[in-house]
Amino acid sequence: MSQATESTYYVPHLAKWPIVGSVGLTLAAVGGALYLNGDTGPWLLYAGLAVIVYMMFGWFGEVIAESEGGMYNQRVDTSFRMGMIWFIFSEVMFFAVFFGALFYARMFSVPWLGGEGTGYATGALLWQGYEGVWPTNGPANLGGEFETIPAFGLPLINTLILLTSGLTVTLAHHALKKSNRRALVGWLLATVVLGFTFVYLQATEYIEAYHELNLTLGSGIYGSTFFMLTGFHGLHVTLGAIMLLVIAIRAMRGHFTPEHHFAFEAVAWYWHFVDVVWLALFIFVYIL
Amino acid sequence: MSHATTHEHDHHDEKPKGFVKRWLLTTNHKDIGTLYLIFALIMFFIGGAMALIIRLELFQPGLQFVQPDFFNQLTTVHALAMIFGAVMPAFVGLANWMIPMMIGAPDMALPRMNNWSFWIMPFAFAILLSTFFMDGGAPAAGWTMYPPLVLQGGKNVAFMVFAIHLMGISSIMGAINIIATVLNMRAPGMDFLKMPLFVWTWLITAFLLIAVMPVLAGAVTMILTDHYFGTSFFNAAGGGDPVLYQHIFWFFGHPEVYILILPAFGVISEIIPAFARKPLFGYTAMVYATASIAFLSFIVWAHHMFTVGMPLGGELFFMYATMLIAIPTGVKIFNWVSTMWQGAMTFEAPMLWAIAFVVLFTIGGFSGIMLAIAPADFQYHDTYFVVAHFHYVLVTGAVFAIIAAVYYWLPKWTGHMYDEKLAKWHFWLSVISVNVLFFPQHFLGLAGMPRRIPDYATQFVEFNMISSIGAFVFGFSQLLFVYLVWKTAKGGEKASSRVWKGAKGLEWTVPSPAPHHTFQDNAPVNDADLAHGSAH
Ligand SMILES: [Cu+2]
Repeated sequence: MSQATESTYYVPHLAKWPIVGSVGLTLAAVGGALYLNGDTGPWLLYAGLAVIVYMMFGWFGEVIAESEGGMYNQRVDTSFRMGMIWFIFSEVMFFAVFFGALFYARMFSVPWLGGEGTGYATGALLWQGYEGVWPTNGPANLGGEFETIPAFGLPLINTLILLTSGLTVTLAHHALKKSNRRALVGWLLATVVLGFTFVYLQATEYIEAYHELNLTLGSGIYGSTFFMLTGFHGLHVTLGAIMLLVIAIRAMRGHFTPEHHFAFEAVAWYWHFVDVVWLALFIFVYIL
Repeated sequence: MSHATTHEHDHHDEKPKGFVKRWLLTTNHKDIGTLYLIFALIMFFIGGAMALIIRLELFQPGLQFVQPDFFNQLTTVHALAMIFGAVMPAFVGLANWMIPMMIGAPDMALPRMNNWSFWIMPFAFAILLSTFFMDGGAPAAGWTMYPPLVLQGGKNVAFMVFAIHLMGISSIMGAINIIATVLNMRAPGMDFLKMPLFVWTWLITAFLLIAVMPVLAGAVTMILTDHYFGTSFFNAAGGGDPVLYQHIFWFFGHPEVYILILPAFGVISEIIPAFARKPLFGYTAMVYATASIAFLSFIVWAHHMFTVGMPLGGELFFMYATMLIAIPTGVKIFNWVSTMWQGAMTFEAPMLWAIAFVVLFTIGGFSGIMLAIAPADFQYHDTYFVVAHFHYVLVTGAVFAIIAAVYYWLPKWTGHMYDEKLAKWHFWLSVISVNVLFFPQHFLGLAGMPRRIPDYATQFVEFNMISSIGAFVFGFSQLLFVYLVWKTAKGGEKASSRVWKGAKGLEWTVPSPAPHHTFQDNAPVNDADLAHGSAH
């Protein structure tokens, strides 16, 4: 049998988790829509999310058991790798949309509203007196006057935290390749702590923005791009940190070998991706 | 032939017993392909029913059957159902069925995820279609969902956005699976430049899908937050811009039209050589042309926005870039024609549909070039000329290719030959009525009839009547197709493993119907079985 698993591609049979996942997604979507429309409370949304979490436990558990049972050959491993790489690429495109919206607003729509270039008539006829200078909540001053978060305070600290976490996850990888499990778990947990610290600091930043700076999601195009970009990023950091935690627990349980540790690498790639997105955020949202 | 027998001792070859196990929990690429195809067919009829109500209303000027708002809901959901529910899933179904067989793989690379990709779709469409029964009805701002109009939708906004998110998740997972399968699961000897063109076009399509479905997800997310959370992405008062939406949407939307047509190019490139009994002319040129079209598709999006107001440099750039696409597309058309040139042609149903595709898709391509000319587009924009253009491309293009593919591979799937005589009836009824349906719409558009309108000025009466008659004949002719497929699945003359004398490719080396599990790992590839790469 062991010889067979080396040569044949493992094709699972009777997958029950996908349909559970579909039900979860549907409950979350319908529940979310009903909640947004004010028709019901958020309970159906939460139920859907709970089903999705249950599905992930079950599905990943099944895959981990198969993997630890030696049913995956090199080729299966390659398929998983390709899956993760292209998934991350799709995430890159998702963030690109919101960066695109930011660049468009700063380079085109806001200057045009201020009467620049071909927007002369727009500025003169519709929004006379509006200067179109970034940061802005638009000519109608939506959400009222606001202040922005200075780049070289908390955001700089967060940048250092994420860069450090990129380093610690790499150290964990080196430890794994040298079969040093103690160091592996240690560096992984350090990365998790850094990740959650980042999320905590982001949360305090949001609270400060809302309560002291009057910077909200409703603060025109600045608030929209600021919170959507940092919000989706923060969500990804949270998910990434949870994934790292799962990897750390698996490492403690003796999973992964210096040769076979796809899950570790996938999560590390994801973490680096989140890191790179933050650098772009730090430059384009906070500094410039 | 040897590998056709190797799986006889495979104990996995029995199909799982019971409906739930066979269909709900399946990981088999053929069963999932079947599910996709059946789902697509159902959506084709749901979307088609909406189209018929639209044509019924437009049979005469004035309002006879539906109210304007419901009419707008129909045009909106008709498009969403046909694009995301019928054409895309149909091609994914074909990919599921054929790609593993064509490259000698045991199954798709990620079989469980394959199941999930499919089983999201029925739920997503249940959510979208349920909006018809809500307060305020279904989305009515057109499938392009432009703000600010779309933001005035009622409760359907959130349902529409989440349904599109689910479709996007499904498409992205399906695309990832196809890429991983093509790159990682080819049998030894199945080099890249020996792959069937259908596999090539799908590989490139999958890349497009992963690149642009997240862009659509982002666009509708901004609609969601603008509607429910007070953001200002598309609100000029807050410094945003509704035109921003159009840029984002069409950055997705233009590659999307190639997502709908590139697999069709692949299908046609399989069928024409088989019935011309000649290898495809210019195989490598076809591959490069496909890649060029895919690349160009990312830099032409604003040709949908010529009339919206753009700097002159933008109008010119997008005009020229768009016309550039005619070159690789022309390469394809000429290659298909050259393949038929001096071939020993026979005209079974798949070939008839393929030839109709070449002719009629080219008409759609030409009207596309007319629309690409910015100053001319100022006249055509948002008229029935546009409607005629994209229906030539998508109905006589994508849908015809899907039907051609079904006739071509149905004997391989079911083990039975279809009824050729009935299939010819289906073809001639369809190909005549579809032109009666869409050709007059060119004239309507050139004369100035706007699209997405339930009523019209009386000078448009005749062509609208003709178009509506064509629509009903075309629509009801498709029932013949359903009957034919059903009959072939039930029984009929036994199909040989090769089915078509001139057909090449690994799928024809296995018995018909194809066994539940076709190939083991490392299936031997015999160059003589392949359509490409054996000549030199
Ligand atoms: Cu386009």
